[in-house]
Amino acid sequence: MLKKGWDSPQMVMGKHNYVSRGVIYGLLAIFAVVYLVPLAVMMLTSFKPLSEVYSGNILALPRAWTLEPWFKAWGEACVGLDCSGVKGFFWNSTRMVVSAVAISTFLGALNGYVLTKWRFKGDNILFGLVLFGCFIPFQIVLIPMATFLGKIGLAQSITGLVFVHVVYGLCFTTLYFRNFYMAFPDELVKAAMIDGARFFRIFLRILLPCSGAIITVTVIWQFTNIWNDFLFGASFTTGSTAPITVALNNIVNTSTGVREYNVQMAAAVITALPTLLVYVIGGRYFVRGMMAGSVKG
Amino acid sequence: MHITHRTAHASTQGTVDESHLDDKRRSSLRNRFERVLPKLVLSPTLITTMIFVYGFIVWTTFLSFTRSRAFANLHWAGLLQYGRVWEHPRWHVAVVNLGIYASLYVVLCMAIGLGLAILLDQRIRAEGGLRAIFLYPMAISFIVTGTAWKWILNPGLGLSKLFHDWGWTSFRFDWIIDSRMAIYTVVIAAVWQASGFVMAMFLAGLRGIDQDMVKAASIDGARMPAVYRRIIIPQLRPAFISAFVILVHLAVKSYELVVALTGAGPGYSTELPSTFMYSFTFTRNELGMGAASAVMMLCTVAAIMVPYLYSELRPRSGSGSH
Repeated sequence: MLKKGWDSPQMVMGKHNYVSRGVIYGLLAIFAVVYLVPLAVMMLTSFKPLSEVYSGNILALPRAWTLEPWFKAWGEACVGLDCSGVKGFFWNSTRMVVSAVAISTFLGALNGYVLTKWRFKGDNILFGLVLFGCFIPFQIVLIPMATFLGKIGLAQSITGLVFVHVVYGLCFTTLYFRNFYMAFPDELVKAAMIDGARFFRIFLRILLPCSGAIITVTVIWQFTNIWNDFLFGASFTTGSTAPITVALNNIVNTSTGVREYNVQMAAAVITALPTLLVYVIGGRYFVRGMMAGSVKG
Repeated sequence: MHITHRTAHASTQGTVDESHLDDKRRSSLRNRFERVLPKLVLSPTLITTMIFVYGFIVWTTFLSFTRSRAFANLHWAGLLQYGRVWEHPRWHVAVVNLGIYASLYVVLCMAIGLGLAILLDQRIRAEGGLRAIFLYPMAISFIVTGTAWKWILNPGLGLSKLFHDWGWTSFRFDWIIDSRMAIYTVVIAAVWQASGFVMAMFLAGLRGIDQDMVKAASIDGARMPAVYRRIIIPQLRPAFISAFVILVHLAVKSYELVVALTGAGPGYSTELPSTFMYSFTFTRNELGMGAASAVMMLCTVAAIMVPYLYSELRPRSGSGSH
């Protein structure tokens, strides 16, 4: 009965081993294909001339590969009445993401530092209050925020969106750094204090050099979230100040006449590309961010 | 930067006694500053949270009790707006849809996520690659997902055409334009996007399981399905709870996917509370009704998130630093 070398249940499968291995790999392969199909369809469609889009099917390989839908999506597709493609909106999103991610990550790091190494009475309650902000349905703040941005003159602007994303991103960045610094040894901080180092010096010299991983996690998570946002973009901007997700939705829904599905798909891939790229490069950190987002760190 | 420079050269407690009185006073000032500094650093976040989260919640809640329509006004209306929302047929559709969508979304994501996690936990070659494939949809914007699935489910050119070309000529799939079935297309796309995330949560749970009990059971001759049912899955309880809470709150917040996939249509057959809120607030000029629906969404989310966050943070407060 007892086999040598087993240390987990999957080794104790006996004679059905080959069959069950086959079933397991088969199921995984089927699921993998199902998960990949939408991306494949988008890609294939985006490289087809329009005639093939209408004559072929969604998984047919392009007979005449073309980059034209991509050029069109980038520079000519109509977003509402403005027919200059997604390029302007791509840069809007880029500008928005870079500033919002930098500011919210920086503040989140400092918050996490204070909440774990300079604790004070009631800090956990305050953290709980901040944390709840991660999970509110943003519909609850849309009306006041629209009014507020209008009042301070930031409506319809990228700056306004940066502000909004920083405000509602802080809870996540604070959560990440707090959970990370929680495990950072207090002894090191205390030793530095005895050596005469103060608040910022301890942060810069002791904690920050060890924070590479959590900074990566936070930056990736914030980048993905903010780039993919649609609700704030749609609510607080119009026309040429919109982020790319809003532009993509407009391209898909305002096309008149013959629907250029290949151009729509090219625009969709362009929209997805930055976050996909980040995912491919930093997938490990992305997953960690997601898991930490479900609170336990 | 300025502060950093100054504090870097600040004298330590020990040398204070020997220095001048003047220095002493300055240093005690500095100490006091040092003491409030952490709170000072935290304050921007606390202030913005108080204003832009809680202040705005109060503001929206207040609006929901006024007669506000195109413009906000302060005429108290009691529960009038809530009554108008509940009398509206679109809200009924939205609530029923949310029920269908949320339950299917949660159940399917958990079932697929758990299944994939168990499969991946069988010492699979290329586990990393497969995980990456199951998870990549989470990195993509809902608008992109919606656009892609809208094209795949296109009744003329999408899946139907594909199966016709492959020889299955009687195949028909037009849920996306069928007002009774369209909500299920939203479920399909949403499950495709989020089930990998649930898989990752369960996989992390599986990796943390006490292997001794599993070993003991296998020695006693328990078969794999029984080991999973009796020993492993019960130990995944925390992962189940986290996944459940996260999924339910995501379901209530779902907005982008519906906008991109069906535009809440055909008609308003795929309306959700989130799309209801948006269209009544921004296109129908019914601020009061929009606010009332937003408040109800918030209450739904709070009802599950507050107990969850409370229980997640509770044990930590005792065992934290200091």
